[in-house]
Amino acid sequence: MKWLGDESLDHLQRLLDLPDLGGTRYELLEPLGRGGMATVHRAFDRELHRPVALKVLNTAVADEQTQARLRQEAQILARIEHPGIVPVHDLGLLPDGRWFYAMREVRGRRLDQVVGEGATQSERLRIFGRICEAVAFAHAHGVIHRDLKPENVMVGSFGEVFVLDWGVAKVLQSGGGPAPDQEKPSGGGSISPSAEVVTPEEALRTSEPAASCEMKGVVAATRHGTIIGTRGYMSPEQERGEVDAVDQRSDVFSLGGILQFAMTGAVPASPAGEWSGRPPVHRTLRAICARACASEPGQRYATVLLLMEDVNSYLQKLPVAADPENWWRKLRRIAAKHRTALLLVLAYVVVRLAILLTRGI
Amino acid sequence: MRRDDTQIGGSQDRFPGTRYSAIVAARSLEPEERRRGFATLIAAYWKPVYKYLRIQWKSPPEDAKDLVQSFFALAMEKGYFDRFDPAKAGFRTFLCTCLDGFVANERKAARRIKRGGGHGIVSLDFEEAEGEFSRIEVPGPDDVQKYFEKEWVRSLFSLSVTTLRDRCEKSGKTVHFQLFEAYDLDAPMGGERCTYDDLAKRHGIPVTQVTNHLSAIRREFRGIVLDHLRSLCGSEQEFRTEAAALLRQDGS
Repeated sequence: MKWLGDESLDHLQRLLDLPDLGGTRYELLEPLGRGGMATVHRAFDRELHRPVALKVLNTAVADEQTQARLRQEAQILARIEHPGIVPVHDLGLLPDGRWFYAMREVRGRRLDQVVGEGATQSERLRIFGRICEAVAFAHAHGVIHRDLKPENVMVGSFGEVFVLDWGVAKVLQSGGGPAPDQEKPSGGGSISPSAEVVTPEEALRTSEPAASCEMKGVVAATRHGTIIGTRGYMSPEQERGEVDAVDQRSDVFSLGGILQFAMTGAVPASPAGEWSGRPPVHRTLRAICARACASEPGQRYATVLLLMEDVNSYLQKLPVAADPENWWRKLRRIAAKHRTALLLVLAYVVVRLAILLTRGI
Repeated sequence: MRRDDTQIGGSQDRFPGTRYSAIVAARSLEPEERRRGFATLIAAYWKPVYKYLRIQWKSPPEDAKDLVQSFFALAMEKGYFDRFDPAKAGFRTFLCTCLDGFVANERKAARRIKRGGGHGIVSLDFEEAEGEFSRIEVPGPDDVQKYFEKEWVRSLFSLSVTTLRDRCEKSGKTVHFQLFEAYDLDAPMGGERCTYDDLAKRHGIPVTQVTNHLSAIRREFRGIVLDHLRSLCGSEQEFRTEAAALLRQDGS
């Protein structure tokens, strides 16, 4: 039997999971990131002479269900062409039997990194606005992301913003229900304190009824009452596994969590809407987050556009629906909005008074 | 998408579906099936078990040989593996537990030889195992489990290489195997692997053919490794966990 040294073992282990691109137009470069379900590799498109990102299922999970899921993800992405959503170029089957799709290579930093590096509040709010635009566009096409979080947002070096990882997205039919190929849970799930958690990817390839599970403390999913999302950003109806109740307001909840994270740099505490209080955040922004993260979907913004509208109103110092104001706060807001004009008037009055007083003396 | 026409192995290079499990076979009531299952398990595990005994139990070579034979003989006779439950632990964990219990009992009763020792159920090349053992750095007491895992991977890959070589010989693809051996199996000389150019010159073929041959044989090898791995797992879930760990998908 052939003796294999440690170096050969390491080499073979690395080799085994590399996608076999034989017969394709792509040349494998380096891995960009690895998730529970798939790995994204940088590759070069020999036909079009451009770099692309290839998402390929990991060998260990490449069964029929996850293969179908990957195809569906590519198809979902293909139908929502938007500057904030990475475009899909190609979908195909590798010679080793795994499905893959090619997409534009996106380079940049994740939102959590951008926030951690101390971006200004206006920059954070600008990014948040771009995220909302992409998500609102997807909603308009009947696609609910279901796992919005800072780690799934990429900010490019030119300020472009991409919402990533649509792998657990839900497609609504025109009537509002899930598409025929979406999961049909048989009951509600729950996450007990001692529950076990699996990643969304794992959940989607779990065919048997499974208990809720916990891993890394953030992501939960089951098949039997599918729970998909990330704690801190996942809506209560998602936590309860109420798949049918998940709609665009569930993404609104997640966006509220993202806004909170963007302002504080901290993952929203549970229950959603509580603030760590560090650093201080304007009460209007807190009110916007609170409405977005309301426990009851009916109390949240009905659409992402309404959430965006409130954030824009805050930026323009206009009345914000989530933060009703009394006459005193209204006066202060108007004063703040017209500060320069008021200062000029005040300066004029002071000068006039000074002149009058001087003449009087 | 068109498949590479240089590939070998037909549809077997595809991700394997549910196939033969040696663990299930080893628990079969059918003697021939049971024997076949044990033969597969022994082929994959005897070397890691031997090396484990040499390190964990500090067994001299002769004792380790007897213990390996006795352990597998008794496991087959007494149905040790019938108690394996994939839902509770992986097979290797279970195997180590059984092995530790077995050796402890043997030592306690001091009747190793009478328990099948020296009555090998299959022919095992212990000299080769001892030779391999001497080439590997002996781990500290805390790293024995890690060492066992690594030896298991080495055994799995070695078995797969043997299968691949046999297939290549049967299908007249010896050049494929020679390329694979030179590029992927042999330790790099002076820290650097030979290049595709070197291999092309050595075999008198174009570089593109080297690329195609290597691509095809790696695909074949991957399929064989996963086939072997699946046959050594007790459940689909265990297979997935094992495959993820083997392919470094656990982040290690």
